[in-house]
Amino acid sequence: MVGKAEKGLLEMRGISIAFPGVQALDGVNFRASAGRVHALIGANGAGKSTLMKVLSGAYDHYSGEILLDGAPVRIRSPRDAKDLGIQTVYQEVDTALVPTLSVGENIMMESLAYDMKGKHRVDWKKLHREAAAVLARLRADIPTHKPVRQLSLAEKQMTLIARAVSRKCRFLVLDEPTAPLSRAETERLFGLVRLLKAEGVGIIFISHRLPELFEICDEVTIMRDGRVVAGGPIGGFTEAQIVEHMLGAKLERQFPASARARTLGEVRFEARGGREGGKVKGVDLCIRAGEIGGVAGLVGAGKTELCRALFGASPGAEGELFLDGRKLRIRSPRDAVRAGIALVPEERRREGVFVDDSVASNLTAVSLDPYVTSGWRVSVARMFEAARRWIGRLGIKTPDERAKVRDLSGGNQQKVAIGKWLLADAEVYLFDEPTKGVDVGAKREIYELIAALAARGKCVLYASGELAEIAGLADRAYVMYDGAVVKELDMREADEDQLLLYSAGGGLA
Amino acid sequence: MKTAAGHRLFDWFYKYGTLLTIALLIVIFGLATDHFLSGTNIVTILRSISIVTIIAVGLTVSLAVGGFDLSIGSTASLANAVVLSMFVWYGQSFGVGILVGLLFSLAVGLVNAFLVIKFKMQDMLMTLATMFVFQGVALTYSRGATISQNMILPNGDYATGQIPAAFSALGKVPWIIIVMLVVVLAAHLFLTHTKHGRYMYMIGGNSEAAKLTGIAVSKYRLLAYVISALLAGLGGIVLGARVMSAEVNSGAPYLMDAVAAAFIGYSVFGAGKPNPFGTFAGAVLIGVLSNGLIMLSVPYYAMDIVKGAVLAAALAITYYKRSH
Repeated sequence: MVGKAEKGLLEMRGISIAFPGVQALDGVNFRASAGRVHALIGANGAGKSTLMKVLSGAYDHYSGEILLDGAPVRIRSPRDAKDLGIQTVYQEVDTALVPTLSVGENIMMESLAYDMKGKHRVDWKKLHREAAAVLARLRADIPTHKPVRQLSLAEKQMTLIARAVSRKCRFLVLDEPTAPLSRAETERLFGLVRLLKAEGVGIIFISHRLPELFEICDEVTIMRDGRVVAGGPIGGFTEAQIVEHMLGAKLERQFPASARARTLGEVRFEARGGREGGKVKGVDLCIRAGEIGGVAGLVGAGKTELCRALFGASPGAEGELFLDGRKLRIRSPRDAVRAGIALVPEERRREGVFVDDSVASNLTAVSLDPYVTSGWRVSVARMFEAARRWIGRLGIKTPDERAKVRDLSGGNQQKVAIGKWLLADAEVYLFDEPTKGVDVGAKREIYELIAALAARGKCVLYASGELAEIAGLADRAYVMYDGAVVKELDMREADEDQLLLYSAGGGLA
Repeated sequence: MKTAAGHRLFDWFYKYGTLLTIALLIVIFGLATDHFLSGTNIVTILRSISIVTIIAVGLTVSLAVGGFDLSIGSTASLANAVVLSMFVWYGQSFGVGILVGLLFSLAVGLVNAFLVIKFKMQDMLMTLATMFVFQGVALTYSRGATISQNMILPNGDYATGQIPAAFSALGKVPWIIIVMLVVVLAAHLFLTHTKHGRYMYMIGGNSEAAKLTGIAVSKYRLLAYVISALLAGLGGIVLGARVMSAEVNSGAPYLMDAVAAAFIGYSVFGAGKPNPFGTFAGAVLIGVLSNGLIMLSVPYYAMDIVKGAVLAAALAITYYKRSH
């Protein structure tokens, strides 16, 4: 008999799973109940994604048991989980969608796969009608005949959520759903979460953004190193406490104390009339020696486009660049590197590092010259030696310099991406969301690296949508909104609230 | 193509460009020559594209699962040789001849599927290899000779087998055109209106997502390669019926035309994926172009330049569309 207390309760007991060389989960207990929103939080590598993959049936070699409504259930394949009504929407939406097919077919994909036993003909009218009904239930306005490749990211996510609730959905796992969304899109998503919650769906919400968790979640479970370290109603925690549990040590000040102690020199780097398509509309900016110039703005404000344009990576970009009073002629990234400009791009895995190469070759990728002996041969020994030195200096956690970058954690990959430009010794460093997807501990180390660069008299341009970073790190900030700089703030005086106000397009009446 | 209007214009041309081009070519050739628009010439065009279309529809199915069967030309050659040999060397009946030809094609499809699925090789590379293998098999089977009625056998005798009348009818109007239309229609119904076809498109669009949805990815990839080989074989058989002989590497020239037809077909009606009606339109475009150019006395040896250019344009449009 199902007890009353257990009705609508999902429980994972003593879940352990190991991969070659790693004990990813070690006796984890986790509970979620219907009609509640549960935050699952932890630094990168804490095991929260692994735990959710166990729940969604991605692995079959774990130990421990899973109970639903108080009764043990078997989840060893994605199909098992879905049949029990446990649905997962992963962060990387494109991995789960078929771009060439219509929204309707993508939503009804599982019905097509599971509910057609003995039937062969697809009833297109019914399929689109049902898909439209699901979207209507979610208050989402997407035409079901539209091919998925034409959707925005938020719409793709909506399509996946629609797929999840198109069949039995008792528990919905959302894996970092807000990371790629703009503020308005996030609000819409939260509306949807509340709607599903009211329908009695239990929601498990993974996110790195603390304020969001307090906004939307009822309960929180905090993981560290493959274990659950704390949990309970989210009202019983403060942000600082959660971060403490995540890091395992008392969090000191997140931003380096030295950040603002620097003396600023003359203006070294200047951009005038920067334009790129319709995304960057006439941006002027300058950075002094030793200055960290922030570029604040929400998703879609044009920060990435600005950075790419300054780095010569946008063929259609216009504008003039000056370094130390000299006019630069930059028409390609190659020109930019030669002029002493470095870009650490947002899409780290795609644009910032060579994931299948070793840490050593990544670190030395920009500047092989120092390791060339007798005029033509690249000395692997010298390369490795330099790499070892920098691995220590940057605090990159890697078995050795030969390890592939693919095998490092997100934060350490980012340190490699930054490190390769430190070895190249550029004058102007452009950072585009350098801490995206990086855990709290590694974030701090990255801030320190950047502050140290500025202390050496380099020019740093730091673009981020995490406004606290700009507030904590930058000397001055340019706030972008819809492709233009709408406000320049002296960050010795201004604070995060002002950044947010201007980023959201306010305060300019 | 930076502006929204530019994008809309491109989208419009992407969707209807192929049909527009066909219409334009028909108008131009119709005005420039006397006979182009005559009923007999239109039938001639349809007849001339029927073999390419049958083979290209097979290729379309392999493209639908994200594969690429380059061995279709060789498969057609092999089926052509086998079916003719059944009649001429072994005196078999119409039914047995065609059945054995298709069985050989089935074997080809199974081998392709096994290699591609088992070794997770890039389909194009693996079938490039099997293309040569099966071309060699076809050559070895026919001992490097043309198989035809009353041919001289290696031992000096004349072959006594006769080609059945039904078989020669298969290569003539109306049957050859009917077979083509049935193949196009059946493939369309299969790919668009059965769950099996939809699974194939899901696999082709995102095989990982298809797998996680519980679709038997390997099974459907195998099925796609088998269909591809069977239709290539059918194309080879119809080719045999058309020319009443099996020449050395007779199917090889159909590979490039089939690839061109299938890729031109991607864009028809803005489908953005391989589809049988699109492939048919692609074949019509190539057929109209060849026929019209011949009527305008463009030498046959220059035809490949035109076909290659059309293929390049179709590919450019497909990939440009994908990245925008």
